Amino acid sequence: MPGLGASFGRGGATTFQQDLANSDCIVIMGSNAAECHPVGFQFVMEAREKGAEVIHIDPRYTRTSAMSTHYLRLRAGSDIALLGGVINHILQNGLEFREYVKHYTNASVIIDDRFLDTEDLDGLFSDWDPSERRYDTTSWSYEDMQVSASAGEREQGGTMGEQAGHGGQGAALSHGEPPHEDPDLEHPRCVFQILKRHFSRYTPETVERLTGVPAAQVVWLAETLARNSGRERTAAFVYAVGWTQHTVGVQYIRAASIIQLLLGNVGRPGGGVMALRGHATIQGSTDIPTLYNILPGYIPMPHVHEDASLKRFLEVYSSYAGFWGHMPSYFISLLKAWWGEAATPENGFCFDRLPRISEDHSMYQIALGMREKTVKGLICAGQNPAVGSANAGLYRRAMADLEWLVVRDFVESETAAFWYDSQEIEDGDLRTEDIGTEVFFLPAAAQTEKSGSYTNTQRLVQWHHKAVEPRGDCRSELWFYYHLGRIIREKLAGSGEARDRGVLDLTWTYPTEGEIREPSAEAVLAEINGFGPDGKPVGAYTELKDDGSTSCGCWIYCGVYAGGENLAARRKPWTEQPAAAPEWGWAWPANRRILYNRASADRHGKPWSERKRWVWWDAGTGKWTGEDMPDFVVDMPPDYEPPDGARAEKALRGDKPFIMQGDGRGWLFAPSGLVDGPMPVHYEPDESPIENLLYGQRSNPVRQQLRRPRNPHNPAEGEQGADRFPYVLTTYRLTEHHTGGGMSRYVEHLAELQPALFCEVSPQLAAERGLANGGWATISTSRSEIEARVLVTDRMHPVTVDGRTLHQVGMPFHYGPRGFARGDAPNDLLAMVMDPNVHIQESKAATCNVRPGRRAAHRRRRGPEPGAG
Amino acid sequence: MARIETESWPATYDGAARERVGFFTDTSVCIGCKACEVACKEWNLLPEDGFVFTAESYDNTGALGSETWRHVAFIEQDVPLIETAGDGDDDGNPMRWLMSSDVCKHCTSAACLNVCPTGALFRTELGTVVVQDDICNGCGMCVPACPFGVIARRERDGDGRAWKCTLCYDRTKDGLTPACAAACPTESIQYGPLDELRERAAQRLQSVQQQGFAGARLYGEDPGDGVDGFGAFFLLLDEPQVYGLPPDPVDPTKRLGEMWGAAAAAGAALALGVAASLLGRRG
Repeated sequence: MPGLGASFGRGGATTFQQDLANSDCIVIMGSNAAECHPVGFQFVMEAREKGAEVIHIDPRYTRTSAMSTHYLRLRAGSDIALLGGVINHILQNGLEFREYVKHYTNASVIIDDRFLDTEDLDGLFSDWDPSERRYDTTSWSYEDMQVSASAGEREQGGTMGEQAGHGGQGAALSHGEPPHEDPDLEHPRCVFQILKRHFSRYTPETVERLTGVPAAQVVWLAETLARNSGRERTAAFVYAVGWTQHTVGVQYIRAASIIQLLLGNVGRPGGGVMALRGHATIQGSTDIPTLYNILPGYIPMPHVHEDASLKRFLEVYSSYAGFWGHMPSYFISLLKAWWGEAATPENGFCFDRLPRISEDHSMYQIALGMREKTVKGLICAGQNPAVGSANAGLYRRAMADLEWLVVRDFVESETAAFWYDSQEIEDGDLRTEDIGTEVFFLPAAAQTEKSGSYTNTQRLVQWHHKAVEPRGDCRSELWFYYHLGRIIREKLAGSGEARDRGVLDLTWTYPTEGEIREPSAEAVLAEINGFGPDGKPVGAYTELKDDGSTSCGCWIYCGVYAGGENLAARRKPWTEQPAAAPEWGWAWPANRRILYNRASADRHGKPWSERKRWVWWDAGTGKWTGEDMPDFVVDMPPDYEPPDGARAEKALRGDKPFIMQGDGRGWLFAPSGLVDGPMPVHYEPDESPIENLLYGQRSNPVRQQLRRPRNPHNPAEGEQGADRFPYVLTTYRLTEHHTGGGMSRYVEHLAELQPALFCEVSPQLAAERGLANGGWATISTSRSEIEARVLVTDRMHPVTVDGRTLHQVGMPFHYGPRGFARGDAPNDLLAMVMDPNVHIQESKAATCNVRPGRRAAHRRRRGPEPGAG
Repeated sequence: MARIETESWPATYDGAARERVGFFTDTSVCIGCKACEVACKEWNLLPEDGFVFTAESYDNTGALGSETWRHVAFIEQDVPLIETAGDGDDDGNPMRWLMSSDVCKHCTSAACLNVCPTGALFRTELGTVVVQDDICNGCGMCVPACPFGVIARRERDGDGRAWKCTLCYDRTKDGLTPACAAACPTESIQYGPLDELRERAAQRLQSVQQQGFAGARLYGEDPGDGVDGFGAFFLLLDEPQVYGLPPDPVDPTKRLGEMWGAAAAAGAALALGVAASLLGRRG
């Protein structure tokens, strides 16, 4: 989550869901929290009951809107314009929390005089290279300061700072204090003034033209947020994939982060930016990553050319100040966890045995690689890309180009069955006998059939215990990978090949339990926690060393197994402990529930107010204390000034709460860490029915387009054929189903609740296109056409954008041809077009057409449907 | 001990009666997640009710029945959720989306139980109304008797026996919370001693009205209503009929006495007439 990483230092939600109950105002945007996070939504309801304003902003009126005190309807894909309007209103009217902004953010820092804004360049920042379609970001730096390019510039489009984005190395400044500051925030090149100019054109009237939200509501939103911020009150933002799934998604999150920094809402109870994750342990799967470009704990994956030596790797990725200054301790402890005795100082702790990346190996590049036969085999676990990935039709065809495919799942999903049960087979575009892919289906154990942990939305690690043995051949992922590794190692045993040392020297000695020889998940957790020189579990990442005497599978999880106890398994009821509930599970880092919580006190260490006290400086004991684990060096006084030569956390001042950043501040302006700009800019979605009313530059220039014959993009407004796709399409989830449907469409009790794919349209659009409630509609883009049942509802309503009436079509994306709840896959409609920072596809805003009736192939095969509209 | 006594509870239990329990369903905090429907089916091993897309908002199960013992209604209306005054956020298209989880009312005067000829329906020691599936013979007399249309016969088993919510008798008798209430993430479904629930509901109504929810009311809390009060009652945000609930439910058997009286009077009048005519003839 680079939006959060670049803003605050860590790529995780800044708060925890229970804390939403302490908020005075909750803005839910880019999230349908009541439907997609119903259990956590109880804390929003609690806040509402206590009198908080709950504001839902969304293209659709959803179950979340129904629970909110206010609802604003906006055009899909225009969120930055609205948030920019809020920022502008705050800055033009002096509504910012001045003391917080001055001391805790980089508002005062002077930026390099070579920096040029989108104001100067009609929608581009300085140093855009049109032939490479990337920025050289050096001019975005603090004046007279070298900003380290934390992950190199090694991929198409450039991914400088990608790791920063996820984890927080954004602040790789070459020393702790910015060289030039204006404490009065008046220097024309200080961040505060740059920000003010940058957002000055986001006036309420312009925002209305872009978003469809009336100007008065834009002002009302900004005023309501400001009224509920400051010393006595706090406001929170809640978002989910409604923000991330855009070609400029990371900057959506940046825009909210800027608002929260300006209003002083980060690190304080009832404040923050709550990133609701897509499903169970998604946070965990970036912490201990399933991503190609990072190692556990957000350490960059070494590159084949650039990261030849350990020494150079450690130099490049350690920062001077802040806790990333100890990166060598984290990394060498990781190498020791993996290669144990074989990792020695002499062999660079087996650094050369780590795999290397050479280019973008993200999910969609893999799909294209399958098409181009450079990727020959695929192991697909816990995912149903045949319906769950953008341009799913291309993905299914790509699977037909594989030599082999392994699918591990509970059910024979669309991915496992693509070779005989798919739209392509049904339509006659592919024939089973022509598909050469050898498909292996391996049944997976469910969560009730195995022990392990979830790391959920608020970085909270919670243990679950096995309830029953898995049936038949069903096995856990842990079992599968452990025994796969064991068998590979047995086959390689005795090999003299250097290339096999990486596998043969691994520490692969997990104890197994029971008849099926299930590896002990607790032993894995202990390895992740790490061991000290005495062989005992370490208690904190500050105990890790860079000399090989400690081992640790993921430094941010240090402490989860402190004292040899599985702290993730704690389940003390909230009624029996303090507000932060520190003894329910365990949260990284160091069991802190609100991150950057030093900011809940003023620069002298006193709570901003009694009502919002959380963590404060106790001069008597000389320690930070309070309701939560202080997210600060516990005995560093608020007036601490770093002496010359101080490094890492000791190079930061005692009044700088963002301890993962190289300058200890929240970043209103991100001098590094993001590839598409230091500040958010309203760009139109890749497919949009209107021009960019703000700038000549229409869409995010750095977006990844992956244009291919089977991945065409709908013509943009002004291009030939744009009028073929006059409506906005947005996709989403329902409470009743889970992502690609493997866990819900095949379960009778869930499937009956939403048994068929449908599209939601307004009565106005239904009238315009002749759609009948309960009938059929065909929805088309340049990728595909699919059919769906029609749900006509007042919850959908056209928006007025730049004087035009614009209709939006909503579709839940869960469906596919198998299971009890069936339908075409809406992902067939979407293009592979991605945000450049995180390679996430734009599923939330595209263009489409809608007409009544079933799709052509269906009509050809079965004849017209009587009475089906 | 709850004050709301039924004909057979606690009287017929001697000392074995326990506190009368029930549900208070507070629809003002229902988020329409349907976890209650699913938890109910999982615990009670109920089959699916058909995979039918109804195009009726987000409701695809339709109504309570023999296979659906909790049912969430979805009602879309063009009125605002909360009456707010001039804060500038009215977009000219006010709307609200009411959601409400319906269930058997476990009436104090329960018609289904009163008409059951086999004794399959009975009043438990907890004051709830339960069908015993091993006694029910599928006669179906309870079905038209219920003023809410809750109890229904299950045809797919071939014997047409009647089924409905048991208030999770197999959980509650052991001190557990019913499955639906346990699964509800927002405490919209509250389970407990009926007396406590009524007190809580009265306070809750006050608070909801203060928050500006137009039309908030309690439904089924009045022991003076046509079923002598519900064992499972509701806080609604609009009139009951908006949710598909009868505004003035009456246990039809309550009028049996009256009807017997009328029948007796009619019989007596008839007898008198006959006697008079005979006497007259004699005369």
